[in-house]
Amino acid sequence: MATNTLNIKILGTGCQNCITLEHNARQAVTELGLDATVDKITDIETIMGYGVMSTPALVVNEEVQSAGRVSPVEEIKIMLTAKTQTKQPTDTSSGNACGCSHAC
Amino acid sequence: MDIFYPFSAIATWLVEDVFRITNTTLAGSVHFFVYDTLKIFFLIIIITHIMSLLRYYLPIEKLRDFLISHKLYGLEYLLATIFGAITPFCSCSSIPLFIGFVQARIPLGITFAFLITSPLNNEVAIGLFIGLFGLHITLLYIAAGIAIGVLGGWILGKMNMEKYVAEFVWKLPEQKGNTIAKITLPKKEIARIVSKEAMDITKKIALYILAGVGIGAFIHGYVPQEFFETYLQKAGIWGVPLAVILAVPLYSNASGVIPIIQSLIAKGVPIGTGLAFMMAVVGLSLPEALILKKVLKWQLLASFFGIVTVGIIMIGYLFNGVL
Repeated sequence: MATNTLNIKILGTGCQNCITLEHNARQAVTELGLDATVDKITDIETIMGYGVMSTPALVVNEEVQSAGRVSPVEEIKIMLTAKTQTKQPTDTSSGNACGCSHAC
Repeated sequence: MDIFYPFSAIATWLVEDVFRITNTTLAGSVHFFVYDTLKIFFLIIIITHIMSLLRYYLPIEKLRDFLISHKLYGLEYLLATIFGAITPFCSCSSIPLFIGFVQARIPLGITFAFLITSPLNNEVAIGLFIGLFGLHITLLYIAAGIAIGVLGGWILGKMNMEKYVAEFVWKLPEQKGNTIAKITLPKKEIARIVSKEAMDITKKIALYILAGVGIGAFIHGYVPQEFFETYLQKAGIWGVPLAVILAVPLYSNASGVIPIIQSLIAKGVPIGTGLAFMMAVVGLSLPEALILKKVLKWQLLASFFGIVTVGIIMIGYLFNGVL
C-alpha cells in the first residue's frame, strides 16, 4: 500500500546531532512497524526551503515537526502515530504494544 | 546563609578525611577544584534545564514569526539579543540562522544583534559566571552582552550593508513564517525531552569545565600573587585591547576559558581585562568568520567583527573603571 508510506526527512548539514536524529527516526519507524522512507537532506538551500532556521530538523510528509533539537524516539513515535491515525488504524502488531518503553 | 555550603563541606571532607592532604597549598588547590566543580555543575544543570524549557516553547522560528508580524519601534533589537542569549551558540548553526532572518526580510541590524549576543551570552557561560563571580557580576556581564548586541546591531543596520550579503541569499524564496507543525505532547514527555537536552549540553562541556577548573585550581594554588601584576603594569592602559587581540586566534569553548579567567582575575588581572579577553575568545572566532564568509562579503564581515571588537574593548574599560 504505497499511499500509506510515510516520508521522513532529516534536515541538517551533517553534524553529530543530525546522525543521532536519523538514528532515532529509524528506530521509531522500526518500533512502530511502519512503512516509511527516511532521507537525509544536507543541501542548505533545500533546508532553508522548509523555513527552518535551526538544524537538525525533522520533516514528516513535507511538514516540519521539530527544529533545532534532536527529537527522542518517543517523541518521533508520537508524531508518526499522529500522521498515520488519519490514514490507517493504529498498528498494534509491533512488539512494544503499549508504546511507552519507560513508563510501564 | 551560603546555599553552596554543602559543596564546601563535601570538598573539606574529601581533602581532610578521604585524601588526608597535609600540604596546605595542595589542600587549597584540591578544595578549590572539588568545590568549584560541584558548584558549577549544580548551577549549569539548573540553568540548562530552564533554558531548554524556554527553547521548547519559544524556538527561534517563533521569534522570526513574531518579528515578521509586529512592529516594535526599536524594541526588536532587544528582543533579538534576548533570544540570542537563550539560544545555544554553535558556529555551524549561524548560517541557517542568518539566512532564515534574511529570508523573512528581517532587517540586517536585528539579525546581527542576535548573532553578536548569541556567543557572548549563553546558558553555560551564565552558569559558570554565577558560580565563579557571583550574581552581581553575572548580571552586569549579561547586560554587557546585550548592550554590545543592541548597539552593534543598530550601528550595522544604519550602515546599509544589504549589498554585502551574498547574492544567493536574496534569491531564496521569502519566508512568511509558521513553518513548524503543532503537536501536543504529554507533559511528562516534554519534561523528558527538556531534561535530556539539558543533560546532553552539560555532558558535552563537562570535560572542558573539568580542564578549565583544574587549570584554575593550579593557578589558584601555585602561581604567586605578583606574577601577573608585573606584566600587566607594563601593559598599562593597553591591557584591554592587547587581551582582545591575543584572544582572536584562540578559539575555545567558553566553558574552558571562564574558570581560568576567574583564577587570573583572583591573581590580580583587572576584571575588565579578563572579561574582554574571554568575550573576545568566544565572540570573535576565526572559524565563525570563515563560516559566515559563505553568506557575507568581506566588507560586511569586517564591519561586523570590527564593531564587536570595539564593543568588547569598551566593555573591558568600563568594567575596569567601575569595579
